[in-house]
Amino acid sequence: MTQSQGPAGAAQAAVHGHAPSGFIRKYVFSLDHKVIGIQYYFLALTAVCVGMILSLAMRLHMVWPEASIPFFGVLKPEQYLTLMTMHGTIMVFFVLTTAPQSGFGNYFLPIQIGAPDMAFPTLNMLSFWTTFLSFAVMIAAFFVAGGAPLSGWTNYPTLSAIPMAGPGEGLGEDLWLISIALFCVASMMGALNFITTTLDLRAKGMTLMRMPLTCWSWFITAILGLLAFGVLLAGGILLLMDRNLGTSFFVPGGLMVSGVPVQHSGGSPLLWQHLFWFFGHPEVYIAILPGMGVASQLLSTFSRKPIFGYRAMVYAMMSIGILGFMVWGHHMFMSGMSPYSAFAFSFMTMAIGVPSAIKTFNWLGTMWKGKIRFTPPMLFAIGFVSLFVSGGLSGPFLAQPAIDIPLHDTYFVVAHFHLIMGVAAIFGIFAATYYWFPKMYGRMMNDALGKIHFVITFIGAYCIFMPMHYLGMAGNPRRYSQFTEVKYLAPLIPIHKFITYAAIITVTAQLIFLFNLFWSMKKGKKAEQNPWEATTLEWTTATPPPHDNFGGVTPVVYHGPYEYSVPGAAKDYIMQTDPAPVPAH
Amino acid sequence: MGLALLLIIWLITFLSSYFFVAHAWWPHAISASAPYIDHQWHLTFIAMGVVFIAAQVALGLVVFRYRDRGDSARASYSHGNNKLELTWTVLTAILFLGLNAIGSPIWAAERFQPADQGAMKVEVTGLQFAWYFRYPGADGKFGNTRPELEDASLGGLSALGVDPADPASKDDVVSGVLVLPVNREVDLTLRAQDVIHSFFVPAMRFKQDAVPGLMIHMHFRPEQTGDYEIACAELCGLGHYKMHGIMRVVSEPDFEKWLAEREADKQ
Amino acid sequence: MATLTPTLTVKQPKSRHGGGGDIPHYPGGGGGGGRGDEFPDYGERLRRCRLGLAVGIAPIVMLFVAFSSAYLVRQGLASWDLRTNSYINDWAPLRLPTLLLVINTCFLLLSSITMEFARRQASRLAVIAPVTAMPGIADDETSGFPWLGVTVALGIGFLAGQVLAWRQMEMSGFFMSSNPSSSFFYLLTGAHALHLLGGVIALTYAGITVWMKRPPEARHIVVDVTAWYWHFMALLWLYIFALLEIAR
Ligand code: HEA
Ligand code: HEA
Ligand code: CUA
Ligand SMILES: [Cu+2]
Repeated sequence: MTQSQGPAGAAQAAVHGHAPSGFIRKYVFSLDHKVIGIQYYFLALTAVCVGMILSLAMRLHMVWPEASIPFFGVLKPEQYLTLMTMHGTIMVFFVLTTAPQSGFGNYFLPIQIGAPDMAFPTLNMLSFWTTFLSFAVMIAAFFVAGGAPLSGWTNYPTLSAIPMAGPGEGLGEDLWLISIALFCVASMMGALNFITTTLDLRAKGMTLMRMPLTCWSWFITAILGLLAFGVLLAGGILLLMDRNLGTSFFVPGGLMVSGVPVQHSGGSPLLWQHLFWFFGHPEVYIAILPGMGVASQLLSTFSRKPIFGYRAMVYAMMSIGILGFMVWGHHMFMSGMSPYSAFAFSFMTMAIGVPSAIKTFNWLGTMWKGKIRFTPPMLFAIGFVSLFVSGGLSGPFLAQPAIDIPLHDTYFVVAHFHLIMGVAAIFGIFAATYYWFPKMYGRMMNDALGKIHFVITFIGAYCIFMPMHYLGMAGNPRRYSQFTEVKYLAPLIPIHKFITYAAIITVTAQLIFLFNLFWSMKKGKKAEQNPWEATTLEWTTATPPPHDNFGGVTPVVYHGPYEYSVPGAAKDYIMQTDPAPVPAH
Repeated sequence: MGLALLLIIWLITFLSSYFFVAHAWWPHAISASAPYIDHQWHLTFIAMGVVFIAAQVALGLVVFRYRDRGDSARASYSHGNNKLELTWTVLTAILFLGLNAIGSPIWAAERFQPADQGAMKVEVTGLQFAWYFRYPGADGKFGNTRPELEDASLGGLSALGVDPADPASKDDVVSGVLVLPVNREVDLTLRAQDVIHSFFVPAMRFKQDAVPGLMIHMHFRPEQTGDYEIACAELCGLGHYKMHGIMRVVSEPDFEKWLAEREADKQ
Repeated sequence: MATLTPTLTVKQPKSRHGGGGDIPHYPGGGGGGGRGDEFPDYGERLRRCRLGLAVGIAPIVMLFVAFSSAYLVRQGLASWDLRTNSYINDWAPLRLPTLLLVINTCFLLLSSITMEFARRQASRLAVIAPVTAMPGIADDETSGFPWLGVTVALGIGFLAGQVLAWRQMEMSGFFMSSNPSSSFFYLLTGAHALHLLGGVIALTYAGITVWMKRPPEARHIVVDVTAWYWHFMALLWLYIFALLEIAR
């Protein structure tokens, strides 16, 4: 690692310790958190493209069951379910758990707290390659005999525990479980690294309460991941044992599946649901918290105004994190779980609306009396707020067991989680991409393209997912490969058609983003060190940052992250590293 | 751009809200408990609707009103306002938990109380991919079932593997259509023979998973005659989308007649 | 999260990079959980690795908490059996090879003690390292009682004992799939054994570093961290043993 550097490399090495040389060390098995962050980002990008293509195929099949879909041919119902399962799994795990946290978190957490790298670089590398392996295994499930599983991303037994229960419940299901197990391990390693880094590597003066809200969100998300993934791992192991070692954790006695008696007895399918959702609900906050952090950071930066209620924001995220572990039962109101426990779960769930409300109000408060600059990242941050509200407000419906009776497992739920997760959280990723791209690649992304991309995606997303609420109210169940069999669904097909058209347009529009991304890497106009006039540490260092982030100097922090428009200050922003005084508050 | 955003956000808000109310999305409700559920829905809908519109309209306004006008004036310097924080924390808390408190009794009525005496017993069985309904007959007892006797291809009693040797099963009737007398409380027993299914009757505002390893007791009361569709609402395999059935609510006499006929053509 | 508040105080990190010249840098990824290769400062790294371990223990705890709750739920569970048309609870209390398990426990606790000696020894070596590193002063790193070796031996002894225990269970007719109670027995003991194996490997690696010319500081960190991990494994085993004995 140390030896054999070109003159340039040597010079650099002289300043910033040892920069690795050689392609493999530098780009493949790199220990540099920045490289690893980018690796995660592109893994997620690959995943999201797969996920999007799957979603398109699903949409097309739903409205034209007999039509032959490009690359997919005519889908059979079981194939539809396979695509749906993989769509959900890939999007939740390999996109929303990967890009915002492991991707941007890896790249910018150390820089924003003034550290030269993650606490455990090797572990960092390990967790990326484990994630990569996990993704490879997941994709492999498509190609084995019987294909990928069809039991949905929630993978409920006994459907997922009995190979005869359906195509894809053979080897495909095992691969799915193995992939998820690997993913759990990787995520826990990653979380360990994030937490240790945040606690131990902060630069001089960077108190916890001076950290950018992005760092807070990554920190809290890491804690959630650390505690949640262990439980999913446990569930996965138990299910693998039921499938392959003849144990009976989840399968009761005397079942007959497609004429074949099942050799299990005494288990309970609900046990899996509890284990899964104990992980599953914190997981959805793992998906959104980094987005909240990014939104807060950007709204403040581009409104040229300090964040409204910094502490309130931090405490809100903390309470969302804590409450998130007490609400998993709200996915199980109809599952046969004790109706009395539904009370407790419902109460807790409604309570989560409060910190979420605080955040929403504070975002509005941040922009209030601001001086808003409509850059692409800001647009996506604003879009995030709008979508978070729209998606979040369907939560309190589902959170009340009485109302959840007709709505559970209908498209109302699909609408809920797509708006808040499928797009709000994704908007967080977009915002982060447009915001940090200059720092990562030293070039600006194209402004006009960014704005076009925003408008189409924002409107498109609403066109896709808003009508799903109406479908849900009309009683349209989820996970139906077509709506021709159940009579009362036939009249709803036109709405599904509309959704499909909207989806085609929205997905196509993503090509603009992809083009902008790759074109700007090569051709974008050069970015100076601090193009957004932001205050946090990543903007104090070179673009792109040197191997050790700060080129040998250890930054010293003098005040909080969002000192904008300070009266009497020379510029309308004061960097965290700038000793200039700021009014006490 | 600020103006464009304002228009887009407001337009989306308006259209979304409009289509919510423009069309009666909910299926016509015919069960005794439906009105309460629908009422709670409307309550929540109004509360959330107000918040939704308020939040989105405010968002649109703020981004437009406080856009960068290119002048030299600076944004106001403020780190927040604890009084305000407290206010909306309390307000939202009241709103959310209030709704929760109002809604709870409905759930309790739905799920805590057992069916009242003299309710009519029906056993609902889900299996890939059909619903079967069993009536206990005169003795009011369901005969035992034996997995090894199950044969879905034969349908009827044999689909459930009802054991002919068991005296209680002599007068059991199995039907593919859920025929019910109007205005009579029904005591449902939900079970599944292979994987989890979910018994979903939109018109009754009723849904409950049928879970292997559990015998789940539920009750409801249809209050209008007619045919209503039953769907399966829990992913149960490749036939999930076509696992539906009919709930036929008929007058008391018609029901007795139907049941008698079924008893007859068993012999 | 409250438990984290003590760390609120700002640290003055000792200069890590920049001053990188005067402190030797250890090439190679540095396996065994990958320590902060970027930061040669040794005291710094020790503290960080200990913190890392403390954090890393949390998910392991969660894993076993999940297993335990599944254990208790499954034990009290009555599920509808379509063959008997009744709710059945098929949990059959285990007949544990208690004596053998007690012996294994002794092995593990003993190893925990020797582990502690090994840890102290390693830190002592690490402290005097700069001296012994001077030319002319004899480098007697490898001398002194081989606590590390003993610990590894005892650890392997424990694992072997566990394997024996499994054999005995099978002898008495309790296989993985014969009853939920036995399934959980194999699951819990197996999961614990795997985790301990990780510790054994880490220690062996630390041992090897004596022959590789890795400076004692580096080894001390491995040994120290593994030691705490090892003690945790001992506690974890006591818990599992108690669970299996008390809630059968
Ligand atoms: C990013 C992911 C994410 C997030 C953040 C949330 C947030 C919330 N979710 Fe969601 N949820 C999912 C992802 C997410 N969910 C997924 C993936 C599923 C389906 C899983 C599956 O079955 O496949 C699901 C399913 C789901 C269910 C189960 C539905 C069912 O299957 O029957 C429930 C029920 O309670 C629920 C509730 C909530 C609530 C109350 C919130 C709250 O946190 C929302 C809080 C936010 C707001 C309330 C809006 C903003 C606040 C204001 C505008 C302030 C003013 C508001 C008021 C004063 C009211 N969610
Ligand atoms: C992040 C989560 C996510 C995302 C983004 C999406 C995106 C989409 N989803 Fe998906 N969906 C799920 C999560 C998600 N979904 C889950 C969990 C389920 C449940 C599965 C189950 O039931 O088991 C589901 C199920 C689901 C269904 C229901 C299937 C059924 O119940 O029968 C449908 C139906 O229309 C659907 C459609 C779509 C469409 C059209 C899109 C999109 O195509 C919309 C357009 C896409 C975007 C606007 C995002 C573009 C992002 C980028 C271009 C890159 C961002 C950059 C990086 C990641 C680096 N999805
Ligand atoms: Cu039966 Cu879905
Ligand atoms: Cu949830």
